[in-house]
Amino acid sequence: MRRVRDIEEARKKKSLAGADPAAEAARYEREFPLLQVMRDDGTAEPGDVAMADDEILRLYRWMVLGRELDERMIMLQRQGRIGFYVGAIGEEAAVLGATAAMQERDWIFPSYREHAAALMRGMPLPTFICDLLGNAGDRMLGHQMPCHETWRQGRYASISSPIATQIPHAVGAAWAARLRGDDMVALTYFGEGATSAADFHTALNFAGVRKVPVVFLCRNNGWAISVPLEKQTASRTIAQKAVAYGIRGERVDGNDLFAVRNATRRARERAAAGQGPTLLECVTYRVEGHSTSDDPRAYRPPELVEPWRKKDPILRLEKYLGWRGLLQGDDSQRMHAEAREEIGRAIEEAGRYEAKPPLETLFYGVYAEPLWQQREQLAELRAAAASDPGVVAGRPPA
Amino acid sequence: MPTLNIIQAVNDALRLEMRRDSSVVVLGEDVGKFGGVFRATQGLQEEFGADRVIDTPLAESGIVGTALGMALYGLRPVPEIQFADFIYPAMDQIVNEVAKYRYRSGGQYACPMVIRSPYGGGIKGGHYHSQSPEAHFIHTAGLKVVVPSNPYDAKGLLLSAIRDPDPVLFFEPKRVYRAAKGEVPEGDYAISIGKANVTRVGKDVTVVAWGAMWHEADEAARRAADEGIDAEVIDLRSLQPLDLDTIAESVRKTGRAVVVHEAPRTCGFGAEISALLQERCFLSLEAPITRVTGFDTPFPYTLENEYLPRAPRILKAVREVVAF
Repeated sequence: MRRVRDIEEARKKKSLAGADPAAEAARYEREFPLLQVMRDDGTAEPGDVAMADDEILRLYRWMVLGRELDERMIMLQRQGRIGFYVGAIGEEAAVLGATAAMQERDWIFPSYREHAAALMRGMPLPTFICDLLGNAGDRMLGHQMPCHETWRQGRYASISSPIATQIPHAVGAAWAARLRGDDMVALTYFGEGATSAADFHTALNFAGVRKVPVVFLCRNNGWAISVPLEKQTASRTIAQKAVAYGIRGERVDGNDLFAVRNATRRARERAAAGQGPTLLECVTYRVEGHSTSDDPRAYRPPELVEPWRKKDPILRLEKYLGWRGLLQGDDSQRMHAEAREEIGRAIEEAGRYEAKPPLETLFYGVYAEPLWQQREQLAELRAAAASDPGVVAGRPPA
Repeated sequence: MPTLNIIQAVNDALRLEMRRDSSVVVLGEDVGKFGGVFRATQGLQEEFGADRVIDTPLAESGIVGTALGMALYGLRPVPEIQFADFIYPAMDQIVNEVAKYRYRSGGQYACPMVIRSPYGGGIKGGHYHSQSPEAHFIHTAGLKVVVPSNPYDAKGLLLSAIRDPDPVLFFEPKRVYRAAKGEVPEGDYAISIGKANVTRVGKDVTVVAWGAMWHEADEAARRAADEGIDAEVIDLRSLQPLDLDTIAESVRKTGRAVVVHEAPRTCGFGAEISALLQERCFLSLEAPITRVTGFDTPFPYTLENEYLPRAPRILKAVREVVAF
């Protein structure tokens, strides 16, 4: 039998948990180094990029569209035209690099910042904006608040506000695909806050035990609304959490499109080859508030954000593209302007729909076929609306 | 026709449907090699393999969440929650995810599944092996809730539930799991979800019950007959969808209703049935609609038979309603 003192000695020697916090942190940073392909100045070793130039430019356009969309939608929210918005400013490389690494047949289980991935999977921009407006063109029939889009044609799952619930869904879908003999790997996104939730643990555990083909992609943006990373977890990295589940963990520079894309692609290949899931931590930063509903100045000193603005993933990719001569002169400004025009046209198109979906859609899709309760309640609502149009208009009481 | 108990009938339905439909999978704690703590999935892993009869890690939220992903991809999962008392860790997945997936995606996706779980008291299980949580799920739009009382219904309803396009909570009355025996046809048959069963025809009072409590209601009705009271007994079988027409028709005939359930009274499903009956049958009522239920306490250990609405308490209510 080993005495407590012996174990303590062994801990110190091996730098096991609880020995020396500084050594501990250094150890995990060593074991989970931050993978980077593109240097801060935008240069990279050509062999490490592993992407064709036209593919890089295609992704650059999507990143620009995502950024311009977020900025414009935040404006629309401030103007009162949409109720809410939550975007991915500064996290575009993590969002789009991962989706770009997957095959078209792969399913995506988003958190709620991955709108650009839905668009890249074929969701028309006007349809996305209809969803924000909750109008008659909304594919979800006004059932969800803004930024909770679903796009089944693109194998893009439905978004819910509760945190981490989509992670086991990805495991289930991937399990089903393997049972069917399909070469499908599920990708699921979540933030670092989600790694505190039970569903994160249960999903990684299940996937680890059964080597389910999933890529767990954590956008570690440092903040869960007002709670910083160090108050979320005592782990130095998110990637190291993989160790406890017997799966692979990797940490990549989340503002480096190439690093994210390549690491996700390797994770996909391992998963498809039966080597099990990967927890991929994309280290990035939430440079804006959590959503349009909070003002980060209430909980975060602005000086924390400034260094990250300089690490902006779009600026960084622009440096690379400039260095390579793939962007010249005013190419970048032109592409930004084109994105703004496309968004403007989409807003106009989305605005042509009626402001509200028809009354009966309130009851659509609760069940495959409405039960008598829904039929009766629709009739009740219709009768009330017929007797007083104020019922439908939501007129305040006189 | 073989005589089976409820566990055997459930097992028979699962085996039959897994043979018929390769997309059906069973998952849960101890359901594979061991065949479930009540043996409802016995022998299934041997026949269908460990990829379709899955021993999961011990996490109910993970069981239901994983099943949801399977359902989206096109499988028909039948997750088992070992005891209904342990369903609460999966509450978020059931209420916020499973129940809402079709609605919130505007009908783009659906996640049909059958969440099977033994429920109810009377087995000396204390708080955590005795609860009847059906009302939580009936209250959540998007879910169906089915509770068989006997082997014939258990098999027929489970087959319907697995083929249903909506998620179904399937609560199995573990108190009568082995005690309730009956003839069960071999092979395929289905009982429509949403149809109540009038198991005893009478003219004086309607007694509504489901699951294990149907047996108590039936016994109370037999004893009432000895006293000259002619009670009609309805086994609800499906709580959502609710066969209100059958109950209301009966109450219009008898003018009296006693609703029995073992869950606590306040906001139990008896409250909803009572409200619906007074809305639909007000002018036919001869007496107040009466509830005989579990009490507003956690489920007790020693005094569980006092807690449960057993036949004598139901009979007392029947007498009082008839004499009103």
